[in-house]
Amino acid sequence: MNSKLWSDLVKEAFDKTLIVTKFFCALHLTTTYVFTPAYVFGPSMLPTFNISGDYVLAEKISTRLGKVGRNDIVLIRSPEDPRKIVTKRIVGVEGDDVRYSLNPERDDTFETIVVPKGHVWIEGDNKYMSRDSKNFGPVPYGMIQGRIFWKVWPFESFGSVERRTI
Amino acid sequence: MVSLNFISSLSKNFFTYGLKGLTISDRYISVVPVRGCSMSPTFNPHCSTSLEGSTDDSVLVEKFCLQKYEFSLGDVIVFCSPNDNKEKCVKRITALPGYWVSSPFSNDVVKIPDGHCWVEGDNSASSLDSRSIGPVPFHIIWPLKRVGKLEQRIPSGRFVF
Repeated sequence: MNSKLWSDLVKEAFDKTLIVTKFFCALHLTTTYVFTPAYVFGPSMLPTFNISGDYVLAEKISTRLGKVGRNDIVLIRSPEDPRKIVTKRIVGVEGDDVRYSLNPERDDTFETIVVPKGHVWIEGDNKYMSRDSKNFGPVPYGMIQGRIFWKVWPFESFGSVERRTI
Repeated sequence: MVSLNFISSLSKNFFTYGLKGLTISDRYISVVPVRGCSMSPTFNPHCSTSLEGSTDDSVLVEKFCLQKYEFSLGDVIVFCSPNDNKEKCVKRITALPGYWVSSPFSNDVVKIPDGHCWVEGDNSASSLDSRSIGPVPFHIIWPLKRVGKLEQRIPSGRFVF
């Protein structure tokens, strides 16, 4: 009598575990291949994103297809610390001539660089307070984690995030 | 005559197991074929330019390390080439961030910046590696553990300090 109870319990535990596993797989696949939510904060993308933080959605499909291009805002792994994912705008793709200023608050001197093959040039919208390609150079395309396309919270700015030049 | 029910249940099972396999291969462990001679004799020991891809080694690649991005000197890693996002390269880490690397071929000493590492193939004669493409940023890196364990080894003949 006891053994039947046990075997029922084991079967039910197994079924529940299977459901949890399926859910976890579906979550992983959606987050890796389709889209993912993200929390972006910091001063480097003012005025596009708040300093205290916005919730956004980033899609992964254009990244995988190689269709991420100029003026897209992307989540990208920082080349200085691979554990950190930062939000910046792509200003130049491979082959582009990029003109940038090292000290925007101090002087008007510019430098020019050609973006090498397989790399992108990223810059924050707030050029006075942003660590980006001006500091660490062009970043390999493979570091891009997703393209931000929708702002979820704060509710007043709910809506799509389009490509546009600053 | 195979019934529709049978086909639909078979394809549903196939789909479910396929998705679970994909999740496991993305996050935990996966199998990768190694092509080319740049890692002889560790991989593809009988490689020669006349036999194109006759018996390529396949290796087991673990991805647990991607959670913390901690690698040691001498690990063999799989990474996407910085010059071409779709091309995967297999090389050994010979210097970590903060190290200085000199090579017998040039008079420069390069300091490895934070978040980058220096990779080289075991077969120095024919491999395109950090000596030509500079420090490689850690991204999509999967260290290798073969069945028949792989040792961590540091090549001699370099000053790495």
